[in-house]
Amino acid sequence: MAPDTAPELCWFEQVGLHDVALVGGKCASLGELRRAGVRVPPGFAVTTRAHARFMSEAGVGDDVHRLLAGLRHDDLERLEAVSDAIRAMIESAAFCAETEDAIAEHYRRLSNRCRASAVSVAVRSSATAEDLAGASFAGQHDTYLGICGTADLVRHVRRCMASLFTARAISYRIRRGVSHRDVGISVGVQQLVAASAAGVMFTVNAADGDRSVIELDASLGLGESVVSGKVTPDHFVVNKVTLDILARTIARKPTSITVDRSTRRCVEAAVAVEHQAAPSLLDGEIVELCRIARAIERHYGCAMDIEWAIDRELPAGDRIFIVQARPETVWNGRRTAARAMDGGALEVIVQTLITGHKVLTR
Amino acid sequence: MKFPVPHQVSTAAIPGTEGWERMYPYHYQFVTDEPTRQQYERDGFWFYDGLHYPEPLYPFDTFWDEVCSLSLSQYNNRIFQMPPVRGIDRRIINGYVYLSPVAVTDPEEVKRRVPTFLDRAGHYYRNWDALEARWKTKIEATIAQLEAIQIRALPDLEDRRVVIEAVGESTGYHLLKSYDDVIDLGVRCWQYHFEFLNLGYAAYVSFVEFMQRVFPSIPLQHVTQMISGIDVIMYRPDAELKQLARRALELGVDRTICCSPEWSEVEPALREQPEGQVWLAALAEVRHPWFYISTGTGWYHHDRCWNDAMNVPLAGIQGYIGQLRNGLDIERPLAQLRAERDRITAEYRGLIDGAEDHRQFDALLACARTVFPYVENHLFYVEHWFHSVFWNKLREVAAVLKTHGVIHDVEDVWYLRRDEIKQALWDVVTAWAAGVPPRGGHTWPAEIEWRKGVMEKFRAWRPPAALGTPPEVINEPFTIMLWGITSRSLAAWARLSEAADPASVTSLEGCAGSPGVASGRARVCRTGDDIRLLQAGEILVAPTISPSWAPVFPRIGACVTDVGGVMSHAAIVCREYGVPAVVGTGHATRVIRTGAMLRVDGSSGAIEIGS
Repeated sequence: MAPDTAPELCWFEQVGLHDVALVGGKCASLGELRRAGVRVPPGFAVTTRAHARFMSEAGVGDDVHRLLAGLRHDDLERLEAVSDAIRAMIESAAFCAETEDAIAEHYRRLSNRCRASAVSVAVRSSATAEDLAGASFAGQHDTYLGICGTADLVRHVRRCMASLFTARAISYRIRRGVSHRDVGISVGVQQLVAASAAGVMFTVNAADGDRSVIELDASLGLGESVVSGKVTPDHFVVNKVTLDILARTIARKPTSITVDRSTRRCVEAAVAVEHQAAPSLLDGEIVELCRIARAIERHYGCAMDIEWAIDRELPAGDRIFIVQARPETVWNGRRTAARAMDGGALEVIVQTLITGHKVLTR
Repeated sequence: MKFPVPHQVSTAAIPGTEGWERMYPYHYQFVTDEPTRQQYERDGFWFYDGLHYPEPLYPFDTFWDEVCSLSLSQYNNRIFQMPPVRGIDRRIINGYVYLSPVAVTDPEEVKRRVPTFLDRAGHYYRNWDALEARWKTKIEATIAQLEAIQIRALPDLEDRRVVIEAVGESTGYHLLKSYDDVIDLGVRCWQYHFEFLNLGYAAYVSFVEFMQRVFPSIPLQHVTQMISGIDVIMYRPDAELKQLARRALELGVDRTICCSPEWSEVEPALREQPEGQVWLAALAEVRHPWFYISTGTGWYHHDRCWNDAMNVPLAGIQGYIGQLRNGLDIERPLAQLRAERDRITAEYRGLIDGAEDHRQFDALLACARTVFPYVENHLFYVEHWFHSVFWNKLREVAAVLKTHGVIHDVEDVWYLRRDEIKQALWDVVTAWAAGVPPRGGHTWPAEIEWRKGVMEKFRAWRPPAALGTPPEVINEPFTIMLWGITSRSLAAWARLSEAADPASVTSLEGCAGSPGVASGRARVCRTGDDIRLLQAGEILVAPTISPSWAPVFPRIGACVTDVGGVMSHAAIVCREYGVPAVVGTGHATRVIRTGAMLRVDGSSGAIEIGS
């Protein structure tokens, strides 16, 4: 989709990886996953086109760029002040009626799809420079969970757009010489999975680049506590070829973030003592997650970093969701130290005999 | 990790066994009267070879250890010149054999050895198939020579032919010569045993190492699975039993065959029917050589082959007949094995980056697959076929000794060293020639009685898993692949041997030998006789596993052994039959009791013991 003819809003399934300029990396990736047949919670993107229109029609664009002029990336005090001013300006501006109606309409249809009057959603920024292999901006923009109702949604979409101007993001762009005018931001609105357990998976061993394993971090409740490092997650290592669980480390999980079933808001609560030291995942769930991770890796053709959630209130077979997937940034494009030896089979045999067998002795 | 000083163990004789050292070659003793040698022994690391010797060695049976020692070390050190390792030194304490790999410690010397090894090993790797074919000719000729040797009783008067044909040699001379020939063929057969074996392991280990460098977390088992499902003759005897079971059903003689567990009753019953005779003819065709498979490992004289213990293959055939009648598939799951092997191989290959790494993967895998059949097949020729014929030739020699009163029973001969047998034969032939009683008739029976008592005490003694000073890491490839001895397994053994009460142990750890998980009741089987007690779904717990136990594999849930690495026969055979296995647990037969509930995880190497 070319940005100039593209819609201001579009459903995830309408976009793919080549639509980063329009919907940002996160939403493009979610669209790509849906196209690949992966179970992704439904949702839509408020596109960079909507963002551009908002910035120009609400009349904040010029003010923003005037404030940014001459700013230095290491002048922390000024950075903070400018950031606060810009974000307050953006958050208090209004969408044009057409955009706001479109958001409301998409939200209504999403609620219908989820069989809810006002579905609880996650609102996340999806920047165009973010989530690309080799340039991890992950965590630089905002995420809001448990958002309900049109008014609240619209407000948080604007807050996400404003997050393009956090002090950190501004500083980063200055340091990298990226123009503030060139970056667009899209906002993803996605059904919030009322996760019983959630976490992340890497389809490569982050420490040694071993492509034969999937590393899985999991905790109770929403994945935010894992991503933000609030809790020590359970850790599982799974062989990618046979899906055998090779290692498991179960952590104590004193608290979790869950979706309150009546208010549909996120709440942090203490975990009952008897559940704190229990594994957050069943073996069958681990295997199923890894099966999905393997399929995603095959679809992308590279090692992946995947966020997932499980809602155990749903019928079996419908419980697992992939909420994000992006190319892993450390090992892709980098050779593992595998081939320390040169030559044909005989040379390798000789060198193997000589160098000893420390690996074998594990 | 601490293990006993060898000399503390070797000098603490079990009461009543003092002087046991004379039952074994003198160079097998740990010494206390030669400081340099004693220091070397103390500084070295010695592990008990329970893989080959689950029970103490009989004086005669020690022969195999001597010929094995010569052959293994000569190929490593004097023929191919493996760069980092010379050979494996050996000692005996209370009848149990301890091994110590001898490393080349000077890095410069290791480097100097490389060109020779490249040249010589390279020749074998490049011409593997042709040389292996030549090996087969050599070994079969050796076995044929052994089979042709005649051990003749000493006659009162030599045949008139000796005079008429001017032979000029007596039966006495021929008895001495035949004994020497039998022994010589035993030495020669073992010369061939290691001609390919170390190179085979080296190629195999190199593939394993390559995979572990590329995939640090890869389970060893996945690597070995990539080299499974290759046809080897070690599984042929079991395949022949299946074929005979099918033939029995075709001919309608299955009920006759199942009429008794005693072959001595089944055979005459078959002879009475025309179809039975057809079946017996089919049996006769495969008995040579396939029924020379031993009911044990072949290392002990009491490991009788099927031809000598027909009740064993009979039970196997009866089992297969029962399964065929119930409509069960008795074939080992070769097609699935190969499909899974190919899937795993392709997936791992797909995870490797770069053309150069792919080339190396392909070359090493091809090499490992080329050498693999030898690694299994030599067992049938040497330890099974040759050894079975060899033991019986020795029994013929023993029969002559018995006739002349030097021993009271044929099976007493194993209590003599091979050089003592030679002395006894000299005693017998000279006494026979002179027409007087041999002196040995007075001396040997008493000595043999004493040695029997000593062996009983040895059997009750538990050899420490290891002695001396362990190296920081175990890095000798054969020690790891074959014996399953790693730094980790040693630590586990050391922990367990400190546990006072075996009944208090609720879990064991070993080497993940063959993938899969199974739960069931344990059946501890120390010998081939015990395996007949195995019930369907039970878990076989044994010191080690003999290839001839294959007929029970379709019925059991899993296997657990005391000794063995991922390349031990037990692990290989379990993978080939798709039976989960944990090998090299060190103590399973001591800790687990028949009837205990077990959960065996052949993928992780963990065993849980219930009540």
